[in-house]
Amino acid sequence: MSLVNFTSREITCKLVYYGPGRSGKTTNLHYVYGRVPESRRGRMVSLATQTDRTLFFDFLPLDLGVISGFTTRFQLYTVPGQVYYDATRKLVLQGADGVVFVADSQARRLDDNVESLQNLQVNLLQQGVDVRQFPVVLQYNKQDLPRDLILTPDELDEALNFRNVKSFSADAVRGTGVFETLKGISELVLKRLAAGTPA
Amino acid sequence: MSIPLNPRYRFETYVVGAANRLAATAAKAVAESPGSVYNPLFIYAGSGLGKTHLLMGIGHAALAINPQLRCEYLTLDEFVEAFNAAIGAGQGEAYRKRYAEVDLLLVDDVQFLTHRREMQAELLRLTNSMLSTGRQIVLSSDRQPGEIEALDERLIQRFAGGLVIDIAAPDFETRVAILRRQAEERRASFSPDVLETVAAIGASSVRELIGALNRLIALQAVSETAIDAAQARAILGRGGDEEPPAKAEAKPAPARAGGGGTEAPSDEFGAFLSDVVSTVVQQVEAWRSRVGEAILRWEGEGYRTTRLSALLEEEAPSDPDMALQEFSKDIERLRLLQAEAVELDPALAGAAVFRDPDNVEEARLQVERARQGTLPPPAPAPIWQLADFVEGPGSLLALKAARSVIAEPGRVYNPLVIVGGSGVGKTHLLHGIGNELAKAPGGVVACLSAQDLIDDLIKAIDKNRVNWWRARYRRITALLLDDIHLIAGKERTQEELFWLFNLLHQATRQMVFTCSVPLAQLTGIETRLLTRLEGGLVVELPLPEREARVAIVERLLREKVGEADRELADYLAGRPVDSVRALQGLVQRVLNAADSEQVRPTAALARPLLEGAPAAPVRRTSSGRTSGVLTPAASLRSREKVVWDWPDIGDRLIEDLR
Repeated sequence: MSLVNFTSREITCKLVYYGPGRSGKTTNLHYVYGRVPESRRGRMVSLATQTDRTLFFDFLPLDLGVISGFTTRFQLYTVPGQVYYDATRKLVLQGADGVVFVADSQARRLDDNVESLQNLQVNLLQQGVDVRQFPVVLQYNKQDLPRDLILTPDELDEALNFRNVKSFSADAVRGTGVFETLKGISELVLKRLAAGTPA
Repeated sequence: MSIPLNPRYRFETYVVGAANRLAATAAKAVAESPGSVYNPLFIYAGSGLGKTHLLMGIGHAALAINPQLRCEYLTLDEFVEAFNAAIGAGQGEAYRKRYAEVDLLLVDDVQFLTHRREMQAELLRLTNSMLSTGRQIVLSSDRQPGEIEALDERLIQRFAGGLVIDIAAPDFETRVAILRRQAEERRASFSPDVLETVAAIGASSVRELIGALNRLIALQAVSETAIDAAQARAILGRGGDEEPPAKAEAKPAPARAGGGGTEAPSDEFGAFLSDVVSTVVQQVEAWRSRVGEAILRWEGEGYRTTRLSALLEEEAPSDPDMALQEFSKDIERLRLLQAEAVELDPALAGAAVFRDPDNVEEARLQVERARQGTLPPPAPAPIWQLADFVEGPGSLLALKAARSVIAEPGRVYNPLVIVGGSGVGKTHLLHGIGNELAKAPGGVVACLSAQDLIDDLIKAIDKNRVNWWRARYRRITALLLDDIHLIAGKERTQEELFWLFNLLHQATRQMVFTCSVPLAQLTGIETRLLTRLEGGLVVELPLPEREARVAIVERLLREKVGEADRELADYLAGRPVDSVRALQGLVQRVLNAADSEQVRPTAALARPLLEGAPAAPVRRTSSGRTSGVLTPAASLRSREKVVWDWPDIGDRLIEDLR
């Protein structure tokens, strides 16, 4: 997918929230949804099971209006975190312009985080994406939990952020860090335009 | 241009108020007559007050008046960088020369001269040279010359010698005007009191003012209703009577914020949006800097970048990157073409046509011409037409061969070699064939004497363009070479002719040669060439028989005097001559005599002339002297009245001296 289309004067960004199950990807999207004026957002499509787990994916289209003559649209997706939904993840990841990796800050979920991150790398590589160049930010969610249950952002950086990308602490339920993360990934994705390389 | 002028920075978009009126007026005066009013013009002002706008405005206006003007805008930093790079590359002189050709130099941010001794010296030298040749220099700085730390006293004096002028912070009204113009440019509309609110926030520079306006524009894009003054005050956070809209941090969303859709729009999204807007604007506009870089690069390499400059002028080109790629491709094509052209003709190195990517076609044609030889090879002379060649029993064979060659060039007799003594009409026949062959569409006939071929080759070797020479001959469709015996002993010519022969022969292109001696008697010609000549048809062209000679004389007479005296023709054709050329000489003598006596040329006139002693010298003999006086044409009608032979001038001089 070409990010900027000079002919039709459109900018379309597909951002995917990735991470282990129950790390808070859908919560991120719900929070964004809640903050966007009604005229700017499309219907949020959420395919969830009885127990509120993402079965297929969440989709939130955002219309940011005309910027510098370009109709700008963001499409936010989440992937199901559970290990066995890998096919869906691959599907959603196709044509993504950027990925927010939502990590669960709880110490006992560290292995899940690592596994999911590895899964992200594998899936990106399979799609022929150069993971070193691809826009990715990390979000350390659930930082509001009691200190003794979670790892600090520094510890998580140590464990997960080996590519030294931007990372954000967040409490997606209350919205802390949600927009900061979104801003972070948007900026990365949009700045790839400068290099003239369509994502 | 070193840096393209920002198309938005023009005088028309420069809001003039009390604070900058003087500077703007001076700038306009300079733009209207660069080099003659305030030179140098030194503008100083705090950051964000419009120095760069004014500088570029001068450039735009001056170029609008005189598009030929060489105008260059650069910041001091770039000046320094380019200088260092040039010195590093050992190109210091080239660098100086580059600026020596600029008519209007706009230097921004000269305050960075602080402590840069060598750059100060360079700028001083440049300023002096520009001032002395009446070329304009405009400088800008954030402080007065005298306040730039460690600035050379001489530079301060030079600057003070022109006009040093400052721009103060704009007053309230000007600020409102600037905001209004800015909002119009961005196609955003605000009520006047909103703009006044922005103007009143106490921004210290125009840049800050515009930044504040940008925030409002971004937020207005998000919110459904127009922003009013109170909101503007709140948004800009400059002590309004209303609180800014609730901040998200202060009001945490409920758990599972899915129901948040009913809440009032939070400015969290607004902030995100304005962030995205500024990033997008930056990135979308980033093509400008890419194009600018490309212009710098290609101009540095000497290519014309008109197309890219035009691209910069556009508000939103459809695909700038594609345009850049196209441009690079064109340059690549030009490079290839140039390389080929130089190979063909070294004189084409550096030709301007290879520097204009907008005109690749022209360059291609140039190469095409070079490939074919810039000059077409010598063509057959039009005076010798085959139709004029007088046919006789002796020349029948040669003529028949010639006609078959013309009918089917390259297929029947290739080569055709015409052998005959001097002056029997070989050259006439050769050129006649050439003229006929040249009538074929696309026919390029080279018809020349072997001597010319040799001279041409020597010239080509001398100028190191043998390839060009070869290319020139290789494209011909027929080669007609007169006096082939002249290449005897010319080894290089024989070598080249050998290759050319093979090439033309393979391509079934006709070759015709003439030779004054039978081929068997030719010496000094390589066997491989000789056998090739013999491999075609060798025909002999003898001296025309009496009947043919009569016809020749008659034709000559008709040509010269309009009528042919049968008796005279018969008489002249009967004279013993060894060539047609000698026969033509006889005719000419008779005609001259008839002319001088103002009678018709007849056999009666010719007989005493040719058989007896010449009645009067028809031509001036070499020993004769003339008066050196040019007589009027009329008096020449009577040749007796002209003294043709003067006594020796030495005798006359001695006579006079006595």
